[in-house]
Amino acid sequence: MKRYSLSSIFTEAFRDNLGWEKAWTKRQPRKEYQIIIVGGGGHGLATAYYLAKNFNITDIAVIEKGWIGGGNTGRNTTIIRSNYLQESSIGIYEKSRSLYETLSQDLNYNIMFSPRGVLMLCQTEHELRAMKRTSHANRINGVDTKMVAPEEVKEIVPIININGPRFPVLGALWQPRGGTARHDAVAWGYARKCSDFGIDIIEQCEVIGVKKKREKIVGVETTKGNIKAKKVCFVAAGHSSVLADLAGFRLPIESVALQALVSEPIKPIIDCVVMANTVHGYLSQSDKGELVIGGGADGYNNYSQRGSFLHIEETVRALVETFPVISRLRQLRQWGGIVDMTGDRSPIISKTPVDGLYINCGWGTGGFKAIPGSGWATAEMIYNEQPGKLASPFSIDRFSEGRLIDESAAAAVAH
Amino acid sequence: MLNLFCPICQRYCDETELSCGGQAHLIRRDHASSDKDFYEYLYERKNDKGIIFERWRHVYGCGKWFHTARCTLTNQVFGSYSAKEVQPPKSILATIRRSRVDFKGWVK
Repeated sequence: MKRYSLSSIFTEAFRDNLGWEKAWTKRQPRKEYQIIIVGGGGHGLATAYYLAKNFNITDIAVIEKGWIGGGNTGRNTTIIRSNYLQESSIGIYEKSRSLYETLSQDLNYNIMFSPRGVLMLCQTEHELRAMKRTSHANRINGVDTKMVAPEEVKEIVPIININGPRFPVLGALWQPRGGTARHDAVAWGYARKCSDFGIDIIEQCEVIGVKKKREKIVGVETTKGNIKAKKVCFVAAGHSSVLADLAGFRLPIESVALQALVSEPIKPIIDCVVMANTVHGYLSQSDKGELVIGGGADGYNNYSQRGSFLHIEETVRALVETFPVISRLRQLRQWGGIVDMTGDRSPIISKTPVDGLYINCGWGTGGFKAIPGSGWATAEMIYNEQPGKLASPFSIDRFSEGRLIDESAAAAVAH
Repeated sequence: MLNLFCPICQRYCDETELSCGGQAHLIRRDHASSDKDFYEYLYERKNDKGIIFERWRHVYGCGKWFHTARCTLTNQVFGSYSAKEVQPPKSILATIRRSRVDFKGWVK
């Protein structure tokens, strides 16, 4: 792999940019691998990358049904934060956020991480109390957040209307080290580095069956033929239940459509991420000038990748009241992604009833921020055949054992 | 926007009047059941990509529950039936088969 650097830009500039290589090689599957990762989104690629980087395993195939980064990795609103309530969530999300800080250098790929600050508004008394609790939990666990008063919110975001009347801003939880990154670049950067390690990235290859021998995994059946493997990991977000069904078990997961939209591009008006959980909306401005707006998930299971129109209306209606300046903006694009919701709104990184089969899913509405940490923890689990410190609280057993990791307040809507 | 038929009110109502109650025909477990059964009842879901049977409540209407059959991929609705049914009625299954030849029937 040719490194991206100042000198490579200079060199290429003098020869009509003809020397750039493809970021990753598209391969056809071999007959056998040590490990197969099913799902070529951020989490799957990160898992393969950390298996190679931390554990020196490169006999890996990453199988993707569509194209790299075409699923939820390319459909989210790119928010990165770690201001969660529970210790185990803080552990994995903070690991992830700190990995994001140096990810561009690690991957030699500019993921445009921009720690511009994340502001979570409190618009009811109850939310204010919940956020205060979260800020204390953050401080105990060494996550840099603090509560700010309405006047300070107005200073950070001058376009905000803090006086209501329906949703007055009573305060906010401010995480200055949170922010955004370029979502496609995260997928592409990991794919490029995986390819460089010799990991096979196989696109347009759907898993249609799971090969087992006496409850032990021996491979997968795909649209490009059968592939053998000693270990398999499903990292398929909204389609995890479909894969689990092939493997013969069910998951505590329901898939719903979550939508986002962008406005037409305008001059810079907001330089941080604002999330308003009460009114189901969140807002940031991309480098292109579009306002990136995310809202609520549909209230019923679906795989349609579109979402209900009424949820857009709900989101935008509430945001217009909080940010009157955006009322005349036109919507440029809208899209949906299928998110995998667990009962406690926390992810699943776990072994499964099938020996040698692992699963990473349940990130629900907020998987993007967790990509590096999730990949790190999943790689550790696959290598050791046992979840490590970061992953162990997130096993499937937690549901039957009753040790839920309740993040419904931190993750009810906004991510 | 989904437009579902409420069998109690005998009229169509749109999604804003309704609230979804998730997978239908779950077997309700009590305190005497095993941990595994209780886990299945509380958390484990089929979450099918395709035809599902689900519970809806006409919240801003009669307030009653009913069942529907719907495709989660296309959002095509195959009709509603009473919440008293313990499994999908034959008429609904026949409606589904008419437009989905590969439909395998209801699985518990």
